[in-house]
Parts: sequence; C-alpha cells; structure tokens
Amino acid sequence: MVTHENGGGHGHHEPPSGFIRKYVFSIDHKVIGIQYLCLALFSVFVGMALSALMRLHLGWPLAHWWFFKGGLMTPEQYLALMTMHGTIMVFMVLTTAPQSGFGNYFLPIQIGAADMAFPVLNMLSFWTTFLSLVVMIAAFFVSGGAPIGGWTSYPPLSALGEMAGPGQGAGETLWIVGLAIFCGASLMGALNFITTLIDLRVKGMTLGRLPLTCWTWFVTAILGLLAFGVLLAACILLLLDRVAGTSFFIPGGLVITDQVVTWHKGGSPLLWQHLFWFFGHPEVYIAILPGMGVASHLLSTFSRKPVFGYRAMVAAICGIGFLGFCVWGHHMFISGMSPYSAFAFSILTMTIGVPSAIKTFNWLGTLWGGKIIFNCAMLFALGFVSLFVSGGLSGLFLAQPSLDLYLHDAYFVVAHFHLIMGVAAIFGMFAGMYFWFPKMFGRFLNETIGKIHFWFTFIGVYCIFMPMHFLGLAGHPRRYFDTTAVDYLQKLQPVHVFISIAAFITIGAQFIFLFNFFWSLFWGEEAKEENPWHATTLEWSIPSPPPFDNFGGHEPVVYHGPYEFSVPGAADDYIPQHLAPELVRKAE
Amino acid sequence: MPGTVIDDIEIIDAGHGGGTGTPAGGDDDSGSPGGRKPVPRRAYFTALQLGLAAIVMFFMALASSYIVRKGLGNDWQRTPMPPVVWFNTAILLISSGTIILARRKLDAKDRDAFRTWWWVTTGLGLMFLAGQIVAWRQLAAEGMMLATNPSSSFFYLLTAAHGAHLAGGICALFYVTSRNWKRSRISQSTAAELTSIYWHFMDGLWVFLLVLLTLGR
Repeated sequence: MVTHENGGGHGHHEPPSGFIRKYVFSIDHKVIGIQYLCLALFSVFVGMALSALMRLHLGWPLAHWWFFKGGLMTPEQYLALMTMHGTIMVFMVLTTAPQSGFGNYFLPIQIGAADMAFPVLNMLSFWTTFLSLVVMIAAFFVSGGAPIGGWTSYPPLSALGEMAGPGQGAGETLWIVGLAIFCGASLMGALNFITTLIDLRVKGMTLGRLPLTCWTWFVTAILGLLAFGVLLAACILLLLDRVAGTSFFIPGGLVITDQVVTWHKGGSPLLWQHLFWFFGHPEVYIAILPGMGVASHLLSTFSRKPVFGYRAMVAAICGIGFLGFCVWGHHMFISGMSPYSAFAFSILTMTIGVPSAIKTFNWLGTLWGGKIIFNCAMLFALGFVSLFVSGGLSGLFLAQPSLDLYLHDAYFVVAHFHLIMGVAAIFGMFAGMYFWFPKMFGRFLNETIGKIHFWFTFIGVYCIFMPMHFLGLAGHPRRYFDTTAVDYLQKLQPVHVFISIAAFITIGAQFIFLFNFFWSLFWGEEAKEENPWHATTLEWSIPSPPPFDNFGGHEPVVYHGPYEFSVPGAADDYIPQHLAPELVRKAE
Repeated sequence: MPGTVIDDIEIIDAGHGGGTGTPAGGDDDSGSPGGRKPVPRRAYFTALQLGLAAIVMFFMALASSYIVRKGLGNDWQRTPMPPVVWFNTAILLISSGTIILARRKLDAKDRDAFRTWWWVTTGLGLMFLAGQIVAWRQLAAEGMMLATNPSSSFFYLLTAAHGAHLAGGICALFYVTSRNWKRSRISQSTAAELTSIYWHFMDGLWVFLLVLLTLGR
C-alpha cells in the first residue's frame, strides 16, 4: 500500500512558462539532463584542447609555437595542462554526462515517473556542479595559474602552497574548493537517483523488469553516495593543511626548493592516497558502469534479441560496484605497502575480472545469432565492448604488484586507464547520444556523418592508446615533460609523433560530431514515429521530444521485461514493456 | 522456445514496482496549481536514510584518518577534554528525549504542548552549539589551537563538522514550527518525524565522536 501525503490532486503538472524557469533554473529532469550534457560537451572540448597542447609538445618538443611565451612550453605549463585535462575529463565529463546527463533524462522515463523524486534538489545539484566547474576553470586565471599536482593532487606538494610550484598556490586552492563543491553536487544527485528508482517505479516495473541502463545508473548512484563523502573529507583535510597550518598529510623535515619546512611535522602523505583512492577506484566505475548499461541496452535492441543472461548481468553490475570499494590499494602498490596487503588487493582486483568477463561473455551471447543492425548507435556500442576488453585486459597485468612496480609510473598505465575509463565510457556516451537523440530532440543524427565520425574515432583512439602500451613496456615514464634529455626516450620519439598525429585526427573528427549535433538539431530527419528503433522500454511509448510531465498525466503500466525481442509466436519482433498482453499481436 | 505462444507471456504482477502512479516532485512543496501528485511518503524516509549513509561515510573517513594519523606520527600529544563537553553531551541527550515528547504530543493532537517541547528541543540544540564554542575557547585558553597538534586539529575538525551538521538539524527544527503546512505536500507530522530521526542520529553521532576523542586522545 502506497500512501501519499495530503492526498494531492491527480494528473499532469503544469509546465513553467518564463524562459528562466523553463530553461535556466528548470526543475524538469529532461532540461536538467540536457544542461548536464551541455556542461559535459563544453568540458570535453576544453579537456581535448588541453590534451592537444600536450600532444603538440610531446610530438615536437623542440618546436617553437607562437602561442607559448618565448615559443616553448614550460614544464609547469605542461603539468598544469595535464592536471586540468585529467580533472575536467574525469569529473566534468565522465562523471556528469553518462550518469547525470543521460541518467537524469531517461531514468525517470524508463521507470514510468513524471520526474525525479526531488526536482528542486536536482536543479540545485546541476547548478552546484556548474559552480564547481567555474571555480576549477578559474584556477587558470589566478596568480601562478592552474595547479600542477595531477588530478590525484598528491601531498605533500599539493599541501604546501606556492613554494611547491607556481600553480600550487591559489590555483591549487581553487582546485580543492571546486572539487569539494563537486562532491556536494554529486551527493545530492546520487541521493535523488536512488530515491527515484526505489520509490517512483510505476506499477509493474519490478526490479526484474528494470532496463539494464537503470540498473547501472542505480548502482553508480550508490557508488557516488558512498564515495564522494570520503573525497569531501579528504578535501577538507587537505585544505586545512594548506590554509590553517595543520599537518594531516605533511611530514616533517621536508626540503622544498632549498627551503626546509619546519612548520609542519608528522603528517602522512599516504593517508591522502588511501582516502583519495577509496573514492578514486569507485570513481572508475562511476564513469564506466552507465556505459555498460547503454551498451547492453543497445546490443539487445539492435540484435533484436533479449539480453543474454539478464540476471547474471545485474549480478555482475552489483558485483563490480561492490568490488570497486575493495580494491583501492592497487593504485598504491608502489607506495611501499606491505606485500601481504598488496597480495590481498591484487587478488581482489583480479576478482573484478569475473563479473567483467560475465558481462563480456553475455554481450557476445546477446549478439550471437542476432539480426544485427549496424547503425551508428550500435557501432558505438560495439566499439564500447571492444575498448572495454582492450583496456580491461591490461588491467590484469597491472593488478599484479610485481608487474605494477615496473609499469605503474609508465605510459602503460596511461594507455590502460584511457582505454577503459576514458574512451570506452565516451563511446558509451556516443552510443547513447545516437540512440536517444531522436527521443530528446525529435530529429535523427545524420547516419552517414555519424559513421564517418565513428570510424575516425574508433581507429583514432586505438592509434593513440595502443602504442602507449609499448612506450610503457619500453620504460617510458608518464608525466615527463622533457623526453629529449634521456637517450633511450629519444629513440621512442617517432612513437610520440605517430600518437600526436593520431590524436589531432581524432580530435578533428570530434568536430564532425559537433557539426552533426547542431546540424541535425535543426535540419536533421524528423523522428515522426514515437519508436523509430522498435525498442521496448517506456521512453519509446511517448512523443519525441517527451511532454513536460513525460506521460501527459497518463500512468503507464508495465507488463513485460525490458528486452522482449523476437519472442516466439509474436507477430512483431519486439514487445514494448507497456503493451498489455491482450494487445500483443500473435503471428499468423 | 519454438512453439511458445504469447498467451504464456508473464502476467503483470502489478504493485510489485515502486509507486502506483507517476508521482513526482518531492521537494516542490509550494502547492502550485496543476494537481501535481506528490511523491510517496516513504520517498522522504528513503532520502533521509541515504543522506545519513552519506554522512556516515564522511565521518568514517575522518574517524579513519584520526586513527591512522595517530598511529603513524610520533608527534601526537594528548588534548585535554574541555569540561564543558560533558555538560554539552548531557544537553544533547536530553534534547533527544524532549523531541520524543514533542512528537508524542503532536500524535496526540496537543499542538500547544508539541510546540513547547519542540522549542525546548531547539533551545537545547542551540545551547549545545554554544557550549561547543565554549569548549573551543577553553581549549584555546590552554594553548591548544587548531594547528598545535594533530590531536587538537582533529578535536576542532570533528566538533566543527558535527556542529555544522547539527546546525542543519536546528534549521529543520525551526522549519517544522515556522512554515505553513496547509500549503505543503507533506504533513507537519512527517516533517517532524524526519527531523527527529535526523536529530537522534546527530545525537548518536556525537556520542560516537566523543568516545573516539576520549579514547583516542
């Protein structure tokens, strides 16, 4: 029995009229979802621009460029670019777009709700995220510039202020404050997502009928809820070390730029690493899990087959989420931890291979014997699987402490995490964008342009990141600014040139997507049907774009599982979740 | 399976899902026209429990840091517990009792008694916060400042973090008595219940922190 407070009228709620309430401070989950996607789109181009500058330097380290003072990049500029590239990409793109963007837009619709449980909190969550982006970007413009401590911001150098480097003054402070604000925003969002999924599911939408996208958004929100509070605590401790003279992370006797640090003692830099990676590893799954959901959803839809092993997929999602909290130590194998601890973290890390393998096996099982439709959305979903496997396999290497000791600070790790956390997650987002664009905007993205975009991007990212494995195996350290000073690195320079050229072509290809996005928004083919993909979930039962309260006051009822494709005896090869059994057409 | 017909399709098990309709708008309590259906009452309790889970993780991170920092460094000095802290603790424990009384009066429709006990709780909460500031002053008078020692750093930090969360609870206490609930989508009784759960949680959290600070110092 469900009780509602004060009775409340029934029916649709009125859309807001003014521009500000409708598009800026909107409480409509769909508008907020698009706002998040716009924020991520802006951020991804900023992040790419930063990486382009890094690749320019790494490819041609001695060349002069007019946009650098004196023609050459400085080491500090390189480190600032690296730090901000990582920060913006991880937090403002990989955390926001797949979860807060697509999740906000489609989670309520896929479970039959008119909105999120707490729309005002939802709006606050977005604008708090926006504020954190502004604070972080502001770090570029303060004295000393952006921080140079990497996206992990390891102390003691991140805790000592300007003496540790030009960006470690005001820039680093803004970075920490921005991140703390982001933690608050993410906590609000996670709370809203979980409550919505638990309490606002429509009649008949049992847990066993949830689309896998919803399962991944749900588990991702749980990870966010439990992880961001820890990062917030870590940020507060770090900030106090910087501004209040405490010594949580700063040990005594440090000598920084010929100056002995006498005003701090006894702190532990490793404490930060534990706190950061307790958040940081779940963060990897916060980025990748929604992509897994989208890939599962699309592989089923465009193979015209049910997801192979739905329950196993759900178990794997939950298993990955749980194990994500048990493996943070594998980021710290080289910190001098006890070999026994390292062994435990190693075994637990490799255990993640089990649910990951279940998912991969089931994706292939879903494809097997299907009538595969190779449209852009499907291509990107297949690309996701490819990148997930390629990036995941190197994770098994890095999970072994003996190998990690050699590879950890080398390019091998850069290759690994970019493939699995960065690019795979972004492929999941592209897949979602090509799939849901007609629902969101009432028009299709252009397929021909989309396929050009896909092939350039797919081949491009492999050309960028596969050679980095070999750089790493050859002992090339990561984060190095100057690759010309060491003999053996000079011999690897042609690989850097190749990677840089591949990077520029791939970045260029993203402008094809940008063009496709805006061109299709206004002049793309109209999505006249509500359900052009012949998909099964609830968002395809309503107009494109959906009305303000999604179902127009009508309450959908769910009768079927989310992936009833090619059901024997049915006339159509799909049965929408909301279709009453008596309305399902039988085959002649 | 070949030969299976659609009649075999699983019959709806309606009601096993979440809500029974398309509820939305848990915090849009302005009572705006349009007949918007409110979220189920339980959603507020779900959200509160999730919020408390996030708060637990935040304080567990600080508590773990406290234990690890004490174990690693050789510079840990004992921070004296300001005597007023025990008085403050008693105040907070009593406030948990008064909020229970207030809710009982509300359930019994005795609104005047409810308001009285609710205000008593609010007053005790404010007294606790003021008492914590006195504790800080007592500690500062002994020369123990925020950066003096990791032990004192944690004392200030944990008490401030708890105080900030408790201040949120005091805002909720004010809100419950000050807003016009006739125009709200949740009843005053629900708001009072949610606030009291949060208040008891803050009470328990303080006891945990006090044990940590006492045994760990």
